[in-house]
Amino acid sequence: MHDKEQSVSYLDYKGKHSGIFAWILSTDHKRIGLLYLMASLLFFAVGVTFGFLMRLELIAPGRTIMDAQTYNSLFTLHGIIMIFLFVIPGLPAVFGNFFLPILIGAKDVAFPRLNLLSWWLYVLGALLAVISVFLPGGPADTGWTFYIPYSIRSTTNVMPALIAAFILGFSSILTGLNFIVTIHRMRAPGMTFFKMPLFAWSLYATAWVQILATPIIGITLLLVTIERMFGVGLFDPALGGDPVLYQHLFWIYSHPAVYIMILPAMGVVTEIIPVFSHRTIFGYKFIAFSSCAIALFGSMVWAHHMFTVGMSETAQVIFSLLTFLVAIPSAIKVFNWVATLYKGSISTDAPLLYALGFIFLFSIGGFTGLIQGALSVNMHIHDTSFIVAHFHYVMFGGTGFGIFAAMHYWFPKMFGKMYNMKTAKVGFWTLFVGFNTLYFPMFVMGWLGMPRRYFDYLPEFQIYHFISTIGSWILIVGLIIMFTNFIKALRSKTSYTNINPWSGETLEWTVPNKPPLENFEVIPTITAGPYEYKDNDEILTKEDN
Amino acid sequence: MSVVAEHISEHVHRDDLGSRMGIWLFLFTELVLFGGMFLVYAVYRFTYQQEFHVAAKELNTLIGTLNTLILLTSSLTMVLAIVAIRKDNKFLSIFFQVITIFLAFGFMVNKYFEWMAKIHHGIYPGSETLLAKGNGEILFFGLYYVMTGLHGLHVLIGMVLIGVMTRFTMKGTVNSDKYIHLEAAGLYWHLVDIIWIFLFPLFYLIT
Repeated sequence: MHDKEQSVSYLDYKGKHSGIFAWILSTDHKRIGLLYLMASLLFFAVGVTFGFLMRLELIAPGRTIMDAQTYNSLFTLHGIIMIFLFVIPGLPAVFGNFFLPILIGAKDVAFPRLNLLSWWLYVLGALLAVISVFLPGGPADTGWTFYIPYSIRSTTNVMPALIAAFILGFSSILTGLNFIVTIHRMRAPGMTFFKMPLFAWSLYATAWVQILATPIIGITLLLVTIERMFGVGLFDPALGGDPVLYQHLFWIYSHPAVYIMILPAMGVVTEIIPVFSHRTIFGYKFIAFSSCAIALFGSMVWAHHMFTVGMSETAQVIFSLLTFLVAIPSAIKVFNWVATLYKGSISTDAPLLYALGFIFLFSIGGFTGLIQGALSVNMHIHDTSFIVAHFHYVMFGGTGFGIFAAMHYWFPKMFGKMYNMKTAKVGFWTLFVGFNTLYFPMFVMGWLGMPRRYFDYLPEFQIYHFISTIGSWILIVGLIIMFTNFIKALRSKTSYTNINPWSGETLEWTVPNKPPLENFEVIPTITAGPYEYKDNDEILTKEDN
Repeated sequence: MSVVAEHISEHVHRDDLGSRMGIWLFLFTELVLFGGMFLVYAVYRFTYQQEFHVAAKELNTLIGTLNTLILLTSSLTMVLAIVAIRKDNKFLSIFFQVITIFLAFGFMVNKYFEWMAKIHHGIYPGSETLLAKGNGEILFFGLYYVMTGLHGLHVLIGMVLIGVMTRFTMKGTVNSDKYIHLEAAGLYWHLVDIIWIFLFPLFYLIT
């Protein structure tokens, strides 16, 4: 470690501050990435616990372990925590912060101090959300959507939850802004837009959605806050307001938000697939542009969450059509990934398993999304557990598995340690089986009419609920296997020195494990694209035998 | 340690174009933020055209016009402050910045009297006088208070920002070579101005 002065890792260098301040006041993008990682995993654990308790409650009809009010609060908190504190920051703020500057050959992001500020805002918002649980009045029970008029009437602590979401939105905007400027201004010499790794492209598309959509939810939640606090007439139908308008404003952000969640996960998968099949990515530009297309179309489909509220038929048809259109760029990505695997020399290490898990689960989630996009079917399954199954397949099976894939892929680079590959694979399969056991029955019972967010249900649904709850246990075992594997690796004394374990061709594999403060000794000059495997053409021209 | 210190000083890189880009992006988010409110306004005005028309008569067009003049002039003085610092005239720049703050203060004073007069007449959220009116008027005044209120908040933030810039200019942190911070504050100030340019006709001139 001491052979060269530059090789002091980002974990070891001494800056102005010491102790914990060396972390919480650090402007190093890598340290901030880790701060986000720790915070978001903490909240992930809380969210999983809430989900686990809800599933346990639903194992049998009637009251099992909690009353209806507690159940309502649990699904609200589960939603707020998972969405705002885990899934949204999970990839951009954690891995985007850590790897975006390295991937494009920069020393840091464009505004390091702003970056730190957005972490602090994240923490502030998270604290507010936590406080709302313990204040008298009880945690919010509106669902994460804060629908009017219940969110003005509910006597629970809706206000802190609203303000928390507002602040978290601010944090997300600042991260997005930082990434856009970073990508425009900080690329290494020679790295044109089309020589950027595709994870950077997906972060770029995401960042635009972050800064253009998030202010809408910000102002909307602020208006609800003002309405609750001062009794100003804005959305309350008793004062002439329009609750449907609130829903529009809410989904104008919250639908694009799912693309904030999924796009970076797609970016991670795009990084992993070529590396583990040792082939140049198929259709680089198509993947890059499909990210932008998803961001664009995804911003115009929000009202498909509201097909039952009584919009005009014309509007419904348009939104339904646009919803179908979003599937095209997503499908382009899936086909390109599969085409990249074709004839590749595939190593099925844990990161690739997670990436393939992503493709499988995301495809199920995506196709069921199309089913919901059809107007007539939507009437049938609106507000049923079919929807719950769909978005868990996309958000957890998609983004969640994307985050796990990123963790397995970049773990040796971030910590200079290596986890046990066999355990990682066991963890994956347990998670995968648990996931499907947990969520697939929800499709079935939703189709049969099981409403979502219900504390109780008719006896004919019990078998599905029972299977689903068993699935949640398997899933949690999988999570425990995965995280103990990581923790064991972190605690082991042997440091891992191979700087390019997967033979990747992107820049992060050229810097030492646990990269030093400013990543590069000398900023590299880029001459080739990111995934140019030398024998690619050879493989492709080889005759099938 | 010295290696580290060197690193840190290297770390502070300067990229005015990047900063400018960051500011513009931030201003976009502000526009979208207010855009959300303008959308709410548009929907309700479409639903309650007549009542919006009646309610707008309660607003004081004279104060509104005066404030528009004040704010537009302050945008001019802000630009002059930036031109002055570019020409290395520190004193003149400080002078124009102070004038800008002064004008902003005048805007807020007017706003204060305007709101107070309304409240005196019993028109404020939740008041009996207001609740006795039709739904459209309740919404109009709800939006009036919220939108001009949030705009006022932006004016206050702008005043603080320009105040800090005046301090920077005095210290020499903002100078003819490096005035990006002042420029940022200026852009922010123009945003405050442009939002008012839309608020003014939508609330005061629709009678």
